[in-house]
Amino acid sequence: MLTLASTSPVIQVHDLRKVYQVHEREAGMRASLRSLLSRKTRDVAAVDGISFSLTPGEVVGFLGPNGAGKTTTLKMLSGLLHPTSGEGNVLGHIPWQREKAFLRQITLVMGNRQQLAWDIPAIDSYDLNQAIYRIPPADYRRTLAELVDLLDLGDLIKKPVRNLSLGERMKCEIAGSLLHRPSVMFLDEPTIGLDVTMQRRIRTFIAEYNRRHNATVLLTSHYMADVEALCKRVIVIHHGRLLFDGDLADLVQRFSPHKTIIVELEDETAPLDGVAEVVEREGGRVMLRVPKAATAQVTAGLLAHYPVVDLTVEDPPIEEVIEQVFAQESL
Amino acid sequence: MSEMIPIYRAHFKRSFALELQYRASLVIWALSALVEPVLYVAVWRTVALAQGGQVGDYDVSDFAAYFLAVLLVSHLTFSWIMWEYEFRIREGLLSQALLRPIHPIHSDIADNLAYKLIALVVLLPAMVVMALLFRPTFHPQPWALVAFLPTLALAFVLRFLFEWALALSAFWTTRIGAINQVYFFVLVFMSGRISPLSLLPPPIQTLASFLPFRWMLAFPVELVLGRLTPTDLWLGLAAQLGWIAVALGLLTVVWRFGVRQYTGVGS
Repeated sequence: MLTLASTSPVIQVHDLRKVYQVHEREAGMRASLRSLLSRKTRDVAAVDGISFSLTPGEVVGFLGPNGAGKTTTLKMLSGLLHPTSGEGNVLGHIPWQREKAFLRQITLVMGNRQQLAWDIPAIDSYDLNQAIYRIPPADYRRTLAELVDLLDLGDLIKKPVRNLSLGERMKCEIAGSLLHRPSVMFLDEPTIGLDVTMQRRIRTFIAEYNRRHNATVLLTSHYMADVEALCKRVIVIHHGRLLFDGDLADLVQRFSPHKTIIVELEDETAPLDGVAEVVEREGGRVMLRVPKAATAQVTAGLLAHYPVVDLTVEDPPIEEVIEQVFAQESL
Repeated sequence: MSEMIPIYRAHFKRSFALELQYRASLVIWALSALVEPVLYVAVWRTVALAQGGQVGDYDVSDFAAYFLAVLLVSHLTFSWIMWEYEFRIREGLLSQALLRPIHPIHSDIADNLAYKLIALVVLLPAMVVMALLFRPTFHPQPWALVAFLPTLALAFVLRFLFEWALALSAFWTTRIGAINQVYFFVLVFMSGRISPLSLLPPPIQTLASFLPFRWMLAFPVELVLGRLTPTDLWLGLAAQLGWIAVALGLLTVVWRFGVRQYTGVGS
C-alpha cells in the first residue's frame, strides 16, 4: 500500500521573511545625545522570502556566508523566532507556536552555545532531560548507551563539563540534544572550532544517526568537508535570498564556469602558452583552468599536439565553487 | 500535576549537585543573609534602651524575636530571579530554555528551593547563636503556629510569582537593574523588613496593607510572634491568595507577550 506520509515533506517553508529593526547612530557624543531624543531605525531583512521543503530522512546542507540568514532561518524553524511574514511547517506544527508536542520531536544544536550545566557532569544534565522529555527509563538507557558508543564518550559524561576539551564538550552537547530521539535535527555549525579528527568523528556520527533513525537534518557549516561528506543536497542563501537548491553536484555544474585539466607530459619543457591558463606546473605535471565550454576542444588539442602521458578533467574544489557563487551574487 | 513530580525530582538532584559544587560561596551567601537583620536588631535595641526599653508596642526582646523571624521568613521567601533575567536574555540562555517542552519557571523554582534547603544548614545554627545573644520572646497561640507554615508557603509563592513576572521586563529593556533598585527599596519598607510596620506612620501602614509586600514577609512574621488575631489571619490569607491570583495573571500575560517580543526581536 502506498502511504503519503513517508514522502510528504517534514519541513516546509514558504516565502519566509524576517526583518530586524536596527538602531542606527553615528559615533561621538553629539550623536549619542541626539539618539536619546529620536532614534533612527533601519529595517534589515535577514531572511528575505525563502521557500524550500525537506522530505523525511534528508540531510541538507544550508550554505551561505556569515550574515546570510542561516541561523535566523534555523531559529525560526525551531520556534525561537517569530517570522515577519511567510509560512513554515515542521512535522505538522507551526514552529513558532512552540507546542510541546513539536518541541519533543526536534533539536537545535548550536556549535557556539551550550545547554549542559558547566560545573557538574553531563550525565546529571542528561538525567534532567530524561525527566523533562519524559523518556521511559528503558528507552533512555538504550539511547544513552547508543550515543555513548557512537560518539565514543566513555567516561567523559561522568566528568564535570568544565574539565572537558572543546571537542569533548561538543560531543557531550550533541548526545544531550539527542536523548529524546528527535526526528528533526537543526545543526548550526556543529563542528565549529574542532580539530580535524573531531570534525570527522561528529560527521560520521551524524551520518550514522541519520541512517539508523531516518532523522531529517538541516545543517550549516563553514567546513565544506562536512557538507561533502553528509549532504547530497544543498540550499544556498545569500543576503537572505535563496540562490540555489539542488544536488551538490549540480551546484558545481551551474556555478563553476571552469574545469580543471591535469595533464602529464613527457616533455617537461613543452610550452603551453596560449593553450589555456596554467594554474600550476611541476615538472611534466601541469594543472590548467579552462572555461567549461572549451574543455573538449582544449583536451583534444592537448592530445593531438603534445606528448601526453596522462590526462584528467576535474571539477574545481567545492570551496572554490561556493566562493564563486557568493562573488557572482555580490556583483 | 503528578507528571511534574519526576521532573522536580530530577531538577532538585541537579540543583543540589550544582549548589554543592560551590560550598564556600554558599556559606558566604547564607551568612550575608544574617547581616541585615542582626544590624536592625542592634539598632532597634539601642533605640529601645534609650527610650526606657520600649518603642511603640515592641520591647527589646520583641525586636529580637521580630528580626529573628524576619531572617527566617526572608530567607525562605526571597528570590534572585530579577537579577538573573537580564543576563539570561542577553547571553541567549533563554533560547535553550525555550527549546524545551516545559515552562522555564519550574527550573527556577527547583533551583530556588534547593539553595534554601541547603543554606538552612548554615542559617539555623546562626539563628541559634543569635537567639542566645539577643534573647527573643515569642508568644504565639497554638493555632498561630499551625497557621505559620501555610502563610509562609503562600508568602513564598506570592513573592516568587511577583518577582518572576517583574523579571520579565528584561524582555523589553536590557537594563533591568534600575527597576530592581526601585522594587527592592519599596519592598524593604513596605514588607516590614527594616522595622515592624506598626512603628511606621499610620498612613504608611494603611498603604502597606494595600500593597502585596506586607503579605510576603510581615504577615507570617507577626503571626509567629503571636501578634495577630484569628480575624487578622483570615484577612491575611485572603490577601495572600488574592495577590497570588493577581501575580499569576500578570505572569501569564507578561510571559506570553514577552516571549512574543523575544522571538520577534531575536537574540
